[in-house]
Amino acid sequence: MRKLLLSAASVGVMAAPAVAEISDGKVKIGILNDQSGVYSDFGGKNSYEAALMAVEDFGGTVLDAPIEVVTADHQNKADIASNIARQWYDTEQVDSIMELTTSSVALAVQALSTEKQKITMTTGAATTELTGAQCSPYGFHWAYDTHALAVGTGGALVQEGGDSWFFLTADYAFGYSLEEQTSSFVTEKGGTITGSVRHPLATTDFSSFLLQAQASGAKVIGLANAGADTQNAIKQAAEFGITQGGQKLAALLFTLADVHGLGAEAAQGLNLTESFYWKRDAQSEEFGRRFMERTGSMPNMIHAGTYSTVMSYLKAIEAAGTDETEAVAAKLHELPVNDVFAQDGKVGANGRLIKDVYLMEVKAPADITEEWDYYNVLATIPGDEAYLDPAESGCPLVTQ
Amino acid sequence: MTMIFGIPVQALMGQLLVGLINGSFYALLSLGLAVIFGLLRVINFAHGAQYMMGAFAALLLLTVGGVNYWLALILAPVIVGLFGAVVERTMLSRLYKLDHLYGLLFTFGLALAIEGTFRYFYGASGMPYAAPAALTGAVNLGFMFLPIYRGWVVVASLIVCLAVWFMIEKTKLGAYLRAATENPTLVQSFGINVPLLLTLTYALGAGLAAFAGVLAAPVYQVSPLMGSNLIIIVFAVVVVGGMGSILGAIITGYMLGVVEGLTKVFYPEASNIVIFVIMAIVLILRPAGLFGKDA
Repeated sequence: MRKLLLSAASVGVMAAPAVAEISDGKVKIGILNDQSGVYSDFGGKNSYEAALMAVEDFGGTVLDAPIEVVTADHQNKADIASNIARQWYDTEQVDSIMELTTSSVALAVQALSTEKQKITMTTGAATTELTGAQCSPYGFHWAYDTHALAVGTGGALVQEGGDSWFFLTADYAFGYSLEEQTSSFVTEKGGTITGSVRHPLATTDFSSFLLQAQASGAKVIGLANAGADTQNAIKQAAEFGITQGGQKLAALLFTLADVHGLGAEAAQGLNLTESFYWKRDAQSEEFGRRFMERTGSMPNMIHAGTYSTVMSYLKAIEAAGTDETEAVAAKLHELPVNDVFAQDGKVGANGRLIKDVYLMEVKAPADITEEWDYYNVLATIPGDEAYLDPAESGCPLVTQ
Repeated sequence: MTMIFGIPVQALMGQLLVGLINGSFYALLSLGLAVIFGLLRVINFAHGAQYMMGAFAALLLLTVGGVNYWLALILAPVIVGLFGAVVERTMLSRLYKLDHLYGLLFTFGLALAIEGTFRYFYGASGMPYAAPAALTGAVNLGFMFLPIYRGWVVVASLIVCLAVWFMIEKTKLGAYLRAATENPTLVQSFGINVPLLLTLTYALGAGLAAFAGVLAAPVYQVSPLMGSNLIIIVFAVVVVGGMGSILGAIITGYMLGVVEGLTKVFYPEASNIVIFVIMAIVLILRPAGLFGKDA
């Protein structure tokens, strides 16, 4: 009898690793972003749809464990986001949080996740701080960042002769980061900065700020804000005759969803930078049309990026043979990224996905052949130029 | 170029004008609030929702009924005013005998319910409403480009504010209204239908909010949350002006619009709190408000 018990126990011990591969018997991914505020069209509920698509395309299970995706609205508030993240980790067995639109939120949740040893994969937020001074061994930054936007849109306008800039900057971490990096890029290329003004997030009336920009006489007005703020600023700039007066607007963070919301008439001729365009090649078009069928709109880089983060995370779990954080993070750093979003993308030691980004121009309404066909791809910017070299990112984890 | 505090005079002129434009919205909205509070002693928290309903009424009249802007400017306030009358008659009038707090709580709940309903059907990001063709474009004033529509907002709001003030302070109907709030029993004994007067007053206040909503529709996105963003500022305006003072509400509305505009020049980061700082200072120094009568 004793022998029998012993052998049963040893079988149990031997079987244990197979059960422990996946914690709680399932992989649970949380999509946390703004679903009702100024950035709700930027990522919003469609990012959740993109995550579901990735899970379905992956096959619904990983290492025989089911995959579940949950979502919540953080209302662009870091404290609300932290509370949700804490609850997800502590009581709902969430393994990883993704999307994280709004830089202040992403920084808070990434810090919390590091403490809890969980993986975050940010697509919606822009600040380079995520992979800079505040980088994390478990934090990944996927779709774009302020450096790529500065190099892309900033570079294009400086090249066209836009050598003096005035900034309209959203008054929080993201705005500062975008303004600072675009400024340094512009001055590096021999341009000057004539001034800047900081406006509260979700400002409805930009007329006062626009008049200041107009009075500055700068050739380019850099909009270091996002979502509805940028849309309102562009709309009202036309109202006050700013573009008629010869000043150019640089929408530093503007995506396909914003072009659609603003309308092609008002957006035509704008230069912008995205890391994804649904009509760029056959693979992205196939993804775009499937996404369109589910959501009624075409994906921008946040949506395609979120698809890619979920895909990459699941592939990393499969390769690691477990969902244990250290092992999965190691695989994420190691594996190349090849999917609809990235071709031969590589992850830097600071957690930054390095892949090509594209400089776009919004087509004139007459050149648009179908709905959502808004861009001409003007240039492809190689990942190594678009993103900071991990060694120079200021991330303490990078050993040289 | 002449400078004031390091800002060119021309730029400052532009900012003053922009402040005046925003002040027009504050004045119109705080006027409606002041009328309702002054005559009904109800703190109408549903005012922002009624403003939003005005904008949506214009949008729906256009998209569903093909009604143009000018007609909507009259129809939308009438529709929202009727809605206000129904609310007052069936619900709000039952609370007059109770403490003012009940009116406040009721209208607050009503605002949440209305906004929630619109958000359920129309989402949060809002929809555009085009300005009428006659009012598009801009004129060059030398120191700034003035969009014609914004100039129209100032004119329309001034006319309506003055008309309402005149009606309440200088006409017979206004005299009845004021008398009815002072001593309803006595006024009723003269054969005047006081409950009807009160219903009309609430409908007028709601209609004014809707009028501001239609004016705002082409400038901002028409969205279910547009009212809740504004209502707190408007309350501050009414408090600074003196609760219930109609002229106070109008003047303070324009004044705070200008102050806010100037803050956007000198210290933009504070532009969303400057009105509340002024409110706090006024409450400490003159608790009845700048134009309030009873201390």
